[in-house]
Amino acid sequence: MSSYLMGTYEVIVVGAGHAGCEAALATARMGKKTLILSMNLEAVAMLACNPSIGGTGKGHLVREIDALGGQMGLTIDKAFIQSRMLNTSKGPAVHSLRAQADKMLYHQEMKKTLEKQEMLDLKQGEVIDLLVEDGVVKGVIMNTGAKYLAQVVILATGTFLGSKIFIGDNNFLSGPNGMAPSISLAESLKGHGIELRRFKTGTPARVLGSTLDYDKMIEQPGDDEITPFSFMNDDLECEQVPCWLTYTNEKTHQIVRDNFHRSALFGGDIEGVGARYCPSIEDKVNRFADKERHQLFIEPEGLYTDEVYIQGMSTSLPEDVQDQFYRTIPGLENLKIVRPAYAIEYDCIDPLDLKLSLEHRKIANLFCAGQFNGSSGYEEAAAQGLIAGINASLKIDNKEPFIIDRSEAYIGVLIDDLVTKGTNEPYRIMTSRAEYRLLLRQDNADQRLTEKGYRVGLVSEERYQRYKERKQAIEDEISRLEKTIVTPSIANPFLNEIGSSEINRGVSLAQLLRRSEITYDLLEAIDPERIPLSRHVKTTVQVNIKYEGYISKQLTQIERFKKLEDMKLPEDLDYNNLHGLRIEARQKLSNIRPRSIGQASRISGVSPADINVLLIHLERMNRK
Amino acid sequence: MEDTIAAIATAYGEGGIGIVRISGNRSKEILDKLFKPAKNQDRKSIVNRQLTYGYIVSPEDNKIIDEVLVVFMKAPSTYTREDVVEIFCHGSTVSLNKTLSLVLDSGARLAEAGEFTKRAFLNGRIDLSQAEAVIDVIKAKTEKSFELAIDQMEGHLSQRVKELRDGLMDLLVRIAVNIDYSEEDIEELSYEETLTSLSSIGDKIEKLLSTADTGRMIREGLRVTIVGRPNVGKSSLMNALLRESRAIVTDIPGTTRDTIEEVLNLRGIPVYLTDTAGIHSTEDEIEKIGIERSKLAFNRADLIIFMVDGSLPLREEDYLIADQIGDRKVIVILNKSDLGKSVTEKQIKELLDNAIIIDAAVIHDKGIKELEDSILNLVYGGKVSQEHSDMVTNIRHKDLLEKAKNSIGDAKKMALNNQPMDLIEIDIRQAWEYLGEIIGETVTEDIIDQVFSRFCLGK
Repeated sequence: MSSYLMGTYEVIVVGAGHAGCEAALATARMGKKTLILSMNLEAVAMLACNPSIGGTGKGHLVREIDALGGQMGLTIDKAFIQSRMLNTSKGPAVHSLRAQADKMLYHQEMKKTLEKQEMLDLKQGEVIDLLVEDGVVKGVIMNTGAKYLAQVVILATGTFLGSKIFIGDNNFLSGPNGMAPSISLAESLKGHGIELRRFKTGTPARVLGSTLDYDKMIEQPGDDEITPFSFMNDDLECEQVPCWLTYTNEKTHQIVRDNFHRSALFGGDIEGVGARYCPSIEDKVNRFADKERHQLFIEPEGLYTDEVYIQGMSTSLPEDVQDQFYRTIPGLENLKIVRPAYAIEYDCIDPLDLKLSLEHRKIANLFCAGQFNGSSGYEEAAAQGLIAGINASLKIDNKEPFIIDRSEAYIGVLIDDLVTKGTNEPYRIMTSRAEYRLLLRQDNADQRLTEKGYRVGLVSEERYQRYKERKQAIEDEISRLEKTIVTPSIANPFLNEIGSSEINRGVSLAQLLRRSEITYDLLEAIDPERIPLSRHVKTTVQVNIKYEGYISKQLTQIERFKKLEDMKLPEDLDYNNLHGLRIEARQKLSNIRPRSIGQASRISGVSPADINVLLIHLERMNRK
Repeated sequence: MEDTIAAIATAYGEGGIGIVRISGNRSKEILDKLFKPAKNQDRKSIVNRQLTYGYIVSPEDNKIIDEVLVVFMKAPSTYTREDVVEIFCHGSTVSLNKTLSLVLDSGARLAEAGEFTKRAFLNGRIDLSQAEAVIDVIKAKTEKSFELAIDQMEGHLSQRVKELRDGLMDLLVRIAVNIDYSEEDIEELSYEETLTSLSSIGDKIEKLLSTADTGRMIREGLRVTIVGRPNVGKSSLMNALLRESRAIVTDIPGTTRDTIEEVLNLRGIPVYLTDTAGIHSTEDEIEKIGIERSKLAFNRADLIIFMVDGSLPLREEDYLIADQIGDRKVIVILNKSDLGKSVTEKQIKELLDNAIIIDAAVIHDKGIKELEDSILNLVYGGKVSQEHSDMVTNIRHKDLLEKAKNSIGDAKKMALNNQPMDLIEIDIRQAWEYLGEIIGETVTEDIIDQVFSRFCLGK
């Protein structure tokens, strides 16, 4: 094949999905000349599965991406058609924002953002190989023979790499949503010594909304008051559209059971490992046989189309069976399927081969992000893309990598889990994975991260100013509430009215706010001096006062955690020659090469005694 | 900021003095909380590197736990290069353990195996060339304590702890699924259910903890001191219990001039038996020393056996001894019942209202079995048939169980106030982790595994 040089960049991003977009925007915004390549420009920021962004844990990630100067929050705020805050009946730590997206609009908005971004070139084309010299990546080769050189390459191939689609007992090479798969690149990567493995995921059918009977379903409207994802937006207006809830029944399950033998998942054709949290309907019927019904949500794919998504019903059963069992569901009797459900299997790496910076251990200057790293979900991908992009820029500038730890953000939990513990299935973020949940709230993501994003050069001046104003407003309001004393004569009529116990001497507004039945908004009745504040500020003020005790408990835990994180282990430490380590620990430590004692302690197979041994050696090295 | 650690620094059951060592910046604060200097000294009299005499006093009920010498050594000229406090307990293993428990309750954490040495090294106290040796010490100690733990864990205790954890896990999984999959068709965990479950688990921990003292006595043994005026048959009793003649037995008062300690295996429990010189006034110098030692043995006993010659009326010396016993655990033996009965149970009860009273004729072996039964009853708190294996015999385990119990208490308080479940979860998870430390398991991945195996979730 004849080959020719088409361009020289500082950064090349392979793939323009959710990880690729964040990575490329981050490097370009940090002043690095960047090229982003996609096999198909219609696939830019494609929502290949569910038409929504956010949800429990995931909503936190989007907020954090936004706080660091990422794009996802801004784009979904432009492209949403319904917004809901989940878990509002629970504590503030687990309130989670989720928006239904107009898929086409989301794609278009993101594509427009890439196109307009300075220092960034967007191109369609298929990368078939990496240029690697002496273990350092130098650029990429396209299937056209074109060559692009760069100091850093970021791989974000999503579900395109070596991908195969399964519908019933048939399968064929294909990327998601009928797009072409990336076959050659998978082979080339193996040739460069990058080990690949197979994961799988699936998506339900898309049907025409006009063929459904919504009278038989339960309406799921959006919130009256819309909370924006981005800290740059205060109030958003939107004509929201509803989702719909309906249920399977015994007839559905019988058809599924009768056709188990025709499912690709049970037939043994799929070698990829699927995630337990997105089981197909055949999995659900098989594993939870005593469950009489399973719920499903009908979600619009956008305002531009009549297509709707059937959430809860992914399957690898053949089309004829899909057509049969979907029709047993109330409201779906006359449905028309326009895209059948499928399972997709793809190549990805073992994230244990990555550093915390998301740079690959085997090839220098090669960064990796998204589903390629064994994760699942748009938000998880975007978060990694952002961090890979930041670290790619820092690497070019010869600066220390940007590492967010588990006590600072869900992003830190996500990456630390992947890189330190590895994963045996597509990894999804969950609030139960976070140790310091009460501090990692969605309302305070900017307070946790914007300063860091600013220091690293990604956060704009405008965003930074907003953050500082908000920080000031929060502090001022908390101190005002602590200092403002109300007398019994003013407070008691109010307290009586809301069924709270009376006071017999003056107390501060903050003290009243700590009562579980009193909210910041309710308190307005006896707080005439308050100045109007934004929703974000009000929420954080309320949480910080109400849960002060728990927050300070977690802060103490974090202090202990940080101490171990701050004890850095040299990257070139020869664990095989460290006296006193057990063999298993030696192997694990040699492979994963933890950055700190703290990270080492989270590796499975490294015991507390091994950690003590490491501490002694560390001290010995420091003294030498 | 390093946390403050504490441990018993001397071997169990050996020697009369036990040392509780504390290291870390809260050492002095903890000492101030628990230590009352003897009369005429105020607390400020604790001078760096100087022994001070006084008492360890339980802050809860102001009860004196032990008579001690304490020393405070200011950083950095100490073994660990941190502030160090050492408490020299004169008392029994009971008071030694009680002292350590109080220290732990006051803000120290139980030291890990080899941790004082580790700190000594990390803080630069130990020479670089000794680093390898330090590693060996830590490894050996960790492995040894691990082996010990496994031994114990094979018994029922580990089973009990696992059951408790399963109960907490059930709550954690249900809370997790309610949070992370709030839109799925899954029943919300109610406050009532949470409270019922937490109460039941808390009660079970309480029950396990109540075995802790028994467990400790089983492991470390019981200190028993025999007292009585001369010639009432103390040495004969000791011999009868030992079934061999060690102490000299005569009719001349004051034959036993020193305290004699023997270890007795009483149906599986080590009993440290001390026979004392009779406590009486004397001019004989050698006897004086013996009497002093008797007093010491007396002070550190878990149990006192008070021997009275039941065939003769009570004498002045008997009243004096009864006075000294006060409200300590005591078994009164009315010896020489074969020679007649001049002392009534009622008389004894008036002197010592909690005493267990046994009629005996020691030289004829009468009353010995009853005495053994009474000692065992004391150890097992009246439940002799209870199985040893689910007992808490290790202070580390006791410490963790206490912490788990407290976390469960916090969670219950939150649940009673209808606080959000995800906050309650923090305390429940904490309890689950403490229990996990006992059996060496604390992996959050377990919760996530359970979420997916128990509930049908996802797209």
